[in-house]
Amino acid sequence: MTSANAPLLPKLIGERVKRREDPRLIRGLATYVDDLKLPGMLHLAFRRADIAHGVIRRIDVSAAAAMEGVELALTGAELAEHLGPMPIGTPFPAPDHYSVAVDRVRYVGEPVAVVAAADRYLARDAADAIEVEYDELPAVVDPEAAMADGSATLHEGFARNVAVGGYQGGTGVNAETAQAEDDSAMDAAFAEADVVISQCMLNQRLAPNAMEPRGVVARYEAGSDYLTIWSATQNPHILRTLAAGMLGLGEHQVRAIAPEVGGGFGCKINIYGEEYAAAALSRLTGAPVKWIEDRTEAFLATTHGRDILGDVEIAAKRDGTILALRAQLLADIGAYEVLLTALIPTLTGMMMNGVYRIPVVRHELTEVFTNKTPTDAYRGAGRPEGLYFVERAVDMLARELDMDPAELRRRNFIPAAEFPFPTQSGLVYDSGDYEAALDTALAAADWESLKAERDAARAEGRIVGVGMAFYVEVCGLGPSSVVPTGGWEHSGVTIERGGKVTATTGASPHGQGNETTFAQMLADHFSVPIGDIAILHGDTGVVKQGIGTFGSRSQAVGGAALMLAAGRAGDKMKRFAAALMADHEASPDDLVFESGRIQVAGAPEVSRSFAEVADFAYVPVPLPAGLEPGLSEEAFFEPENNTYPFGCHISMVEIDRDTGEPRLLRLIAVDDCGNVINPLIVEGQVHGGLAQGIGQAMFEEVVYDEDGQPLTASFMDYVMPRAADLPAFELERTVTPTPVNPLGAKGVGEAGTIGSSPCVVNAAVDALAPFGVRHVDMPLRPERLWRLIHDRDQNGGQP
Amino acid sequence: MIPTAFRYRRAGSVAEALALLREGGPGAKLLAGGHSLIPMMKQRLAEPELLIDIGGLLELCGVHAVGDAIEVGATTTHADLAASALLRERAPILAEAAAEIGDAQVRNRGTIGGSLAHADPGADLPAVLIALDAAISITGADGSRTVPAADFFRDILTVDLEDGEILTDVSFRPVRSAAYAKLPQRASRFALAGVAVALEMEDGVCRAARVAVTGAASHAQRLPAVESALVGARLPEGAAAACEGAGDALDFVNADLHGSEEYRRAMVAVMARRAVESAAARG
Repeated sequence: MTSANAPLLPKLIGERVKRREDPRLIRGLATYVDDLKLPGMLHLAFRRADIAHGVIRRIDVSAAAAMEGVELALTGAELAEHLGPMPIGTPFPAPDHYSVAVDRVRYVGEPVAVVAAADRYLARDAADAIEVEYDELPAVVDPEAAMADGSATLHEGFARNVAVGGYQGGTGVNAETAQAEDDSAMDAAFAEADVVISQCMLNQRLAPNAMEPRGVVARYEAGSDYLTIWSATQNPHILRTLAAGMLGLGEHQVRAIAPEVGGGFGCKINIYGEEYAAAALSRLTGAPVKWIEDRTEAFLATTHGRDILGDVEIAAKRDGTILALRAQLLADIGAYEVLLTALIPTLTGMMMNGVYRIPVVRHELTEVFTNKTPTDAYRGAGRPEGLYFVERAVDMLARELDMDPAELRRRNFIPAAEFPFPTQSGLVYDSGDYEAALDTALAAADWESLKAERDAARAEGRIVGVGMAFYVEVCGLGPSSVVPTGGWEHSGVTIERGGKVTATTGASPHGQGNETTFAQMLADHFSVPIGDIAILHGDTGVVKQGIGTFGSRSQAVGGAALMLAAGRAGDKMKRFAAALMADHEASPDDLVFESGRIQVAGAPEVSRSFAEVADFAYVPVPLPAGLEPGLSEEAFFEPENNTYPFGCHISMVEIDRDTGEPRLLRLIAVDDCGNVINPLIVEGQVHGGLAQGIGQAMFEEVVYDEDGQPLTASFMDYVMPRAADLPAFELERTVTPTPVNPLGAKGVGEAGTIGSSPCVVNAAVDALAPFGVRHVDMPLRPERLWRLIHDRDQNGGQP
Repeated sequence: MIPTAFRYRRAGSVAEALALLREGGPGAKLLAGGHSLIPMMKQRLAEPELLIDIGGLLELCGVHAVGDAIEVGATTTHADLAASALLRERAPILAEAAAEIGDAQVRNRGTIGGSLAHADPGADLPAVLIALDAAISITGADGSRTVPAADFFRDILTVDLEDGEILTDVSFRPVRSAAYAKLPQRASRFALAGVAVALEMEDGVCRAARVAVTGAASHAQRLPAVESALVGARLPEGAAAACEGAGDALDFVNADLHGSEEYRRAMVAVMARRAVESAAARG
């Protein structure tokens, strides 16, 4: 048989291949943590603080421990004999933080005791039977008041509740000390300015709300001193490292497994106290233990996102030239620092250049503790906050100058010819063509018609506005110099006997679709059917090394590692093939993969089947000189830089004059994530991101009362966007490849979230501009908007 | 989200349900759609010892024309109300209001009897049934009785229903010129302010009106001032004037992060006007 008779396999990269993951997910055939049932398994329940701040005066677990079916009940102090303070992944100083509170509670939902029982119901009953008394302390709720004289403090050694104080970056700042040394450029820019825009804005606190809450199963086998821990985590390898450290084990004694994971959005990067506690209780009881978070716990005890105040000033010339931007950032990080808590707001500071060639940019960041759930990454993690502040301020400048917001942005863009572009904030943007994205968006939206439509609606008495926002973000994290966990990714590619392909990746997906995109890439590389390829992930016993999935890095870093390993395996395979075709004096360098065969380029009649060569590699008789048997290669990939995807979003918003209810009429999104493997998956990521960004703009907010009691601890009060709240999204793409990885892919997981929030708020402010409104904080609560409209109406038309 | 232990019994008839209620005493609770009760049990806000499931009782289910009245059984789901051709034809307000309740899952499980008996301050149907001047039928060990809907709702989560009694059906004379308008709380979809209006119109002039509000106050109740302002008004032109200040007459108005007292009072007027306009448009 010659390949001339065999059908050619179509190339899959760039094709809309349906997700291979979906049939099992849709049909309920996937295995999540809660689906695991081990013999003799116990169930954990945590007793949690119902006050925001207090000293534990008395805690008594004896009634719980005495209940039938209860194996073990421990206070935080008792558990602390087995588990020390939890590690974090940032260089900032942090107070001790135990899995279960030892002597004091600092947020509603903080664990104070843990119970292991025969079933989940008994465990919960027993947790309720624990007696706890507190000496209440004043709750610290407002981040500005937290720093005032006389405020209660959360942690010894952190005066005025300051976790990170006065951390500066940008023009005239010494990067080593994070302190400003030279104000001359900033002073000159503001002295020269014709116009200064100044606005304080809140990027509010959000609950990540993954569809699957957290969950863990831990099994400690005393006979072999070996811990296996299953967890709904984004990064099983980091879990292995940290769990080993907490339990006094080596990494060779721990296997961490992320089975199917139902969404993370950043909140499953952190390794939580419940995971360590489960491991410790398995060791103490000698039984496997399971803990599944309920939705109430997910609102209280899973990390929140965002919550940062930005006081932003822009200095500009009358012609729209932006001279300088400075920002005071105040992050409310909640009660403790967890894995990346203190790092996230620093990313906000780094993004204050936006997409603009602003010659002078500076931020000063302070992070404070309050009696709220700790914050950590949430989809976009620092970048949406920064871009929101910049894009709101730029929009205000356009309004002040009475200039089209598109034109103002165009005048200040970093030109395409100037990449790689070092920003004042210390980043080096890899590549970009912002004007192309803007032009694509303006055309897709028919911007001039959209504005005319708005004006016509206004003439009818409707309250309608249009808005735009541009964004750039940091993706593809690494390199290791900027990622505390290491910024590389690992992959293994094995060509099995029979010619099937098994690949492993440390980029542990929880909705990203790697099983599809990675298989597309290998199918093209080896020219084999996609069904012959398995992508394994999420198990440190199977995937030798890895970092995990966050910061839109799967494709840009994980995909690059995959192709490095595939290249090595393919090269070796060609050497085996060349040996089989020795009669034809084929050189490995002349061989190509084509539709299930390995053939001489340009001479397809000289070929061997992929399967035959694979079989030969495992039974190599005779063994070709210089080759080891087998076809299993691996690779680490470390990018030289981050990637910087960008895009332009445009929206139209209408506000009900009577009720203040906002409605999103249009959302046009142009996203540039570099080269695209699978447009279907990219669009899906953009859709989800848009929904979450719109959710922040319009609906979502975690609210606490003055005593630190959460008012939004269920879906009855926390407003999630629903399908009916969203218009049919209009998506376009431009393609500007990145030079920092061989794929040219930048990452897209967070993109939609970043552009949409400022875009929608800009449209709402445009709608309200006739009422004299310059800014409105998120979310766009109907009452908030109604007041802005109504107050003006009450004043005879005056703002 | 883990309830305390409870026993579960499925009643085969209303009589058996009554017997089980007697046996279970104060710890017994009726279960139909369960879409209010079960979330409360999961939060341990309700800890019944015995659940008596009446959800499957066909004798309590359905929308029927009885003489010139319409009777709706207590276990009729919101989805069934929304889909009822009889209601769409003769009392569209009830079908339309039911179609706006919660989400599809809630409408497929939740029942009219459950909504009325539970009396969430933001529930939609109480206002609709007050506007329709419905009679609520209740059966207990000592026999049956009926209560006008306007008297049934007493306070927050409090109705004229004793332990051991079962709400069996509601009955009303259908009104076409009736409509319901609500401002939904954006998370729960309960009414922040909802107003139901039933009109008697003659040549574009309102001859009689029944107006009820839900969501804004502790419980659904009539708005007598709006009712009298509507009588004699030419509609829809006079709707705004008649409804102005509709929310100001309420003694007590809820306030939370979704809406202050001032906002809710204002929204009662807006929803009243919208409901009157829609009802009047039906002639």
